[in-house]
Amino acid sequence: MTDLTSLTLAEARKGLAAKTFTSLELTDAHLNAIEAARVLNAFVMETPDQARAMAREADARIAKGDGGPLAGIPLGIKDLFATKGVRTTACSKILGNFVPTYESTVTSQLWRDGAVMLGKLNNDEFAMGSSNETSCFGPVGNPWRRDGSNTTLVPGGSSGGSASAVAALLCMGATATDTGGSIRQPAAFTATVGIKPTYGRCSRWGVVAFASSLDQAGPIARSVRDSAMLLRSMAGHDPKDTTSVDIAVPDYEAAIGKSVKGMKIGIPKEYRLDGMPAEIEKLWSEGAAWLKAAGAELVEVSLPHTKYALPAYYIVAPAEASSNLARYDGVRYGLREQGKNIIELYENTRAEGFGAEVRRRVMIGTYVLSAGYYDAYYLRAQKVRTLIKKDFEDCFAKGVNAILTPATPSAAFGVGEKGGADPVEMYLNDIFTVTVNMAGLPGIAVPAGKDAQGLPLGLQLIGRPFDEETLFSLGEVIEQAAGRFTPARWW
Amino acid sequence: MSVDAATVRRIAHLARIAVSEDEVPHLQGELNAMLAFVEQLSEVNVEGVEPMTSVTPMQMKKRQDVVNDGEIADDIVANAPATEGHFFLVPKVVE
Repeated sequence: MTDLTSLTLAEARKGLAAKTFTSLELTDAHLNAIEAARVLNAFVMETPDQARAMAREADARIAKGDGGPLAGIPLGIKDLFATKGVRTTACSKILGNFVPTYESTVTSQLWRDGAVMLGKLNNDEFAMGSSNETSCFGPVGNPWRRDGSNTTLVPGGSSGGSASAVAALLCMGATATDTGGSIRQPAAFTATVGIKPTYGRCSRWGVVAFASSLDQAGPIARSVRDSAMLLRSMAGHDPKDTTSVDIAVPDYEAAIGKSVKGMKIGIPKEYRLDGMPAEIEKLWSEGAAWLKAAGAELVEVSLPHTKYALPAYYIVAPAEASSNLARYDGVRYGLREQGKNIIELYENTRAEGFGAEVRRRVMIGTYVLSAGYYDAYYLRAQKVRTLIKKDFEDCFAKGVNAILTPATPSAAFGVGEKGGADPVEMYLNDIFTVTVNMAGLPGIAVPAGKDAQGLPLGLQLIGRPFDEETLFSLGEVIEQAAGRFTPARWW
Repeated sequence: MSVDAATVRRIAHLARIAVSEDEVPHLQGELNAMLAFVEQLSEVNVEGVEPMTSVTPMQMKKRQDVVNDGEIADDIVANAPATEGHFFLVPKVVE
């Protein structure tokens, strides 16, 4: 039998249905792979007993013929999703040994559909980061290395554990979240597929909040089809999240293989940055050529406010974070540091519990919301956000079906290489992805090639609101043309 | 705009994060780097532009004003660092 961990989710589903193997066998294969890959630090908590119990239950359901769409499929869960009875920390010391007494809506839908939980995945603390280096559990290793080098590279962030685990064949798919690029950038760094759906598509209930007007959950998987299967289970209306939309969830998988003939694909000229590596430029033109060959029409478009998306994001996101993270007070849950009075208790708890990046963002957020600065910073940023969204609306109004861009301005970099002196250096990683969150649109990152050092690079497709299906159709064209990429095992 | 050391201490207090004196210069540098980065927004013409309040055009959903949850006090205090019965314990607040 071939190694069960190398199957795609779609292949595993077939094998389970045909009783070629059981979910317990599939789950055990992944648990063994996780144990052998601890050096990657992708999992912050392994739940083998629970995984085997869920696998047995899935096998029983499959035997009875009532297995759900993901019956018996072992998944990893980003530690930002509350899992009932299983420690959930957002990879922050301040949550300490927090054990939720409830389950997030997104994960409960995965279990409803028969999926199996292997454990909790590493991420940047409170999802604030682009390299998974801000996690209180330490950095995650990227299964990819530069040709002929032993240097450990970052898997991107904040969903670094999700991307690393999926790329290293430790799970068949993973949940992730994306506030400024946290699904798409790590997907691009690890040759996996990641989709951030339209804002409102997935419930945020039970997902540790970072910036509520930008946060969206989505899957990271090894193929476009696999990501479509996962999103179908994750998405849907939830009365517990007032921003979740009441629109039926389509069968995303049906969009795979659909013709893209006649579709208008926008190539935004503002994404052609000065000093952009030639490899990224080349990848982008190749992607455009593949779509053209499949019958799509390419048009140059303009999104004039693109360059302001990242600075506006670094006002809006920290402002919302400072408000959301006010709940970590050392009183109701998590870490507590003593103080002479209640104020000192708060201050000491938050100084000890939050890492450097989180402290910095909470402080910036506090500053831009403080009396006298609100109009100059926060209100102005929200106006700029309106303009960014309008850029996209104007473009779609001209008949553009989707927009093609690079996913990241570079390939994966080394641990400790970026952001040491100036935090902005790290923030620039999200330059192509952050616009999508600011406008609430869906975006998918699909592996498209490698750089000269053998590292994966991805392309991003941006769609109209709630038109994830077009992204899956176009993503499949890129995947078919580029092929799939698997790292050589070194761990 | 940039922040001075006194402002850094004031923001830290507003954010309820204890900051020691030797951390102030470092934080000041980082906050000013971020403020310098967002400074470019001042060149955008936002005259007459509405600030964004909702990224997806949707009517705010309302729910029935009924009790549909509760009686889970054990769950609520389950993760608290210090409790007595169903109460959270804090240092003395009122003299």
